[in-house]
Amino acid sequence: MNIVEVKHLKVWDANTDKVIIHNSSFQVKQGSCLAIVGESGSGKSVTCRSIMRLNKPWIRLSGTILFKGEDLNQLSEQEMRRRRGKNLCMILQNGMSAFDPSCVIGVHIRETLQTHFNWNNRESERKIISAMESVMLKNPQEILNQYPHQLSGGMLQRIMIALALVLEPDLIIADEPTTALDTISQYEVVEQLIRLRERMGCSMLFISHDLGVVQKIADEVMVMKDGAIVESGDIRSVFSKPEHTYTQYLVTTRLELSNHFRKLMQEGT
Amino acid sequence: MDMGSYIVKRILLAIPLLFVISLITFVLINLSLLDPAVVVLQAQEVPQITDELIAQTNEALGFDKPFVIQYVNWLIACMQFDFGSSYVSGEPVWSLVGPAFLNTLKLTLVSSVFIIGLSILLGVICAMREGRAVDKSVRGLSFVLTAIPSYWLAAILIWYLSVKLDLLPTSGMDSFKSYILPVIVITVSYTGIYFRTVRSSMLSNMNEDYVLYGRASGLSERKVTLHILRNSLQVAVSIFCMAIPIVLGSTVVIENVFAWPGLGRLSVRSILNRDFPIIQAYVLILAVTFVLFNTISDVINAAMNPRLRKDL
Ligand SMILES: Nc1ncnc2c1ncn2[C@@H]1O[C@H](COP(=O)(O)OP(=O)(O)O)[C@@H](O)[C@H]1O
Ligand SMILES: [Mg+2]
Repeated sequence: MNIVEVKHLKVWDANTDKVIIHNSSFQVKQGSCLAIVGESGSGKSVTCRSIMRLNKPWIRLSGTILFKGEDLNQLSEQEMRRRRGKNLCMILQNGMSAFDPSCVIGVHIRETLQTHFNWNNRESERKIISAMESVMLKNPQEILNQYPHQLSGGMLQRIMIALALVLEPDLIIADEPTTALDTISQYEVVEQLIRLRERMGCSMLFISHDLGVVQKIADEVMVMKDGAIVESGDIRSVFSKPEHTYTQYLVTTRLELSNHFRKLMQEGT
Repeated sequence: MDMGSYIVKRILLAIPLLFVISLITFVLINLSLLDPAVVVLQAQEVPQITDELIAQTNEALGFDKPFVIQYVNWLIACMQFDFGSSYVSGEPVWSLVGPAFLNTLKLTLVSSVFIIGLSILLGVICAMREGRAVDKSVRGLSFVLTAIPSYWLAAILIWYLSVKLDLLPTSGMDSFKSYILPVIVITVSYTGIYFRTVRSSMLSNMNEDYVLYGRASGLSERKVTLHILRNSLQVAVSIFCMAIPIVLGSTVVIENVFAWPGLGRLSVRSILNRDFPIIQAYVLILAVTFVLFNTISDVINAAMNPRLRKDL
C-alpha cells in the first residue's frame, strides 16, 4: 500500500510563469523510505513543500497528491493544518534557523504538542524529555530552556527528530537533514533517523545529495534534474546500474566522495 | 550575560560618548570668529562698545580664562542644569530652554505614539497582504504623502481646517485642539518611512525557516504570526526609539509654522540673535537625547533578543 501517491504534479511560479516541476509522479510505500537526490535547484524542496501545501502563495500546482488515499488538495486549510505535524512531519536542513531565534527551544515544542494533544505541560515535558534522551541529547531539561544559538546544528536536528518521535507521524519529510552538518554530527543524525524508522515503522521521504547517506537509509531512490524525475527505482539497482547519464555522473562522483568520507572516519576513530 | 550587568555596561559606555559630545558642542560654538564679549554687548544693544567695556565683559563672563578651564566650568554648570544666562534678556538659559523643551517633548511624544502605532498597523497589514490591492495602495499613498513638504501640508491644513472651516486653532498651544494639526503633519511626514521598515522586516521574517517549520508542525496561523511579529518588531524597536529624538530635533519647521512655543522656535530665534548660551544648551540637549534613546533602544533590544547580550 502507498502512503503517498503523487500523480502528474506540475508546479509553477505564477509571477513569472516559470515551470518548476514539469510532470512528476511517484509514490512512497507504507513503511519504506524514498530518497530524492539531485542537484540544488532541481525542485526537491518544492516537491516536499507541495505535499505539505506550504509553498508560497504565488507558487501554483496541478495534479493530485494522495495521502493515505485522501487528496490533500481537496482538504480545507484547517483539515490540512491538523495533519501537519501530526501525520506529516517535516525535518528541515538548518536547525539553526528552524526555531524562532528569540524563544527558547521549549516554546516551539510546547506549542506544537499543545496543538496536537490534550496533554498538560507536565505530561508534554515528560514525553519530549524521554524522546530527547533516546536521541542521545544530554541534559534535555536544560536544552529546553536554551535558545537556538546556544545549541549546535546537530543538536537542533536531533531535537526535531525527538519531536517527530513524540508526534508519531505517518510520514516524515526530511529535507536535507544532514547537509549543513559536520561529518560526525551527520553520522549521529543519520543513526537517529534510521532508529526512528525502526521504532515507529513510519514512512519517510528523504532528500539529500549525499549518496552515501542515501544508501544507508533509503529503500528506493528517485533522481531529479531541472524539475523532472530522470530515474527512479530500487536503491540497489539504480546505484549498481545507473541508466541516465546524470545518475551515472552522480554515482561516480559519489564513489570519490565516499572514499574521502571513509578516510575521514578512519582518522576520527 | 544577565540583563542587569548588560544595562550597567551599556550606561558606562554611554558616558564617554556624552563627554565627547559636550566637548564638540563647546568647541564648535566657541570656534565662532566673533568675539563673544562683542556679541553680548551687541545683543544687549549697548550703544558704544569700547575696549574697556569688552575687557570688563570678558572678565565678568569668564572669557579671559584658558579654554580648558572655561570648558570644565561650563560642563560642571551644565550638569546642574545651569547653562548660563541669555545674552539678550539676561534670564537664566534653563528658564527659557526648560519649558520650551517640555513643550517640544509633549508634541514629539504625542506624534510618536501615532507614528509608531500607525506604522505597526500599516506595516503588518501590508506585509500580510503583500502585492495585493491594500499593500499597493497604502504604499503608493505613503510615497506621495512622504514627498509632500511639511510646511506646505501645514499651510494647506491651516488654510482649510482653521481658516475656512474654523474648526481648529491656527497656532499656539492652548488646548488639546492645538495638538491636532501639528501632530497630523508630523505623523504624515514620518509614518511613510517607518511603516516601510515594519513591512520589510515582517516580509523578511516570513521567509525564515522557523516560519516554515512552525507551519509544518501544524501551528495555527495566529501563533505563527505572533512569532513573526515578535521578531520583526525587534528590528523596529530600535528604529522607533530613534524616531523620538529624530522628531524632537526636527520640529523647527513645524513649530515655526504653528507658533508652537518649543525648542525649535527658541533655537531659530536664538540663532538670529546670536544668543550663544541658548544655542549651546539646545545642541547639548538634543545630543544627550540621542544618546539616551540610543541606550534605551539597545537595552530593549537586548531584553528581547538574547543573542545581542552575548558581546558588548
Ligand atoms: N518561493 C519561490 N518562489 C519562486 N521560485 C522558487 C521558490 N522556491 C523555489 N523556487 C524555484 O524552484 C526551483 C527549485 O527549487 P528547490 O526546490 O528549492 O530546489 P532544491 O532541489 O535545491 O531543493 C528553483 O529553480 C527555484 O528558483
Ligand atoms: Mg532544497
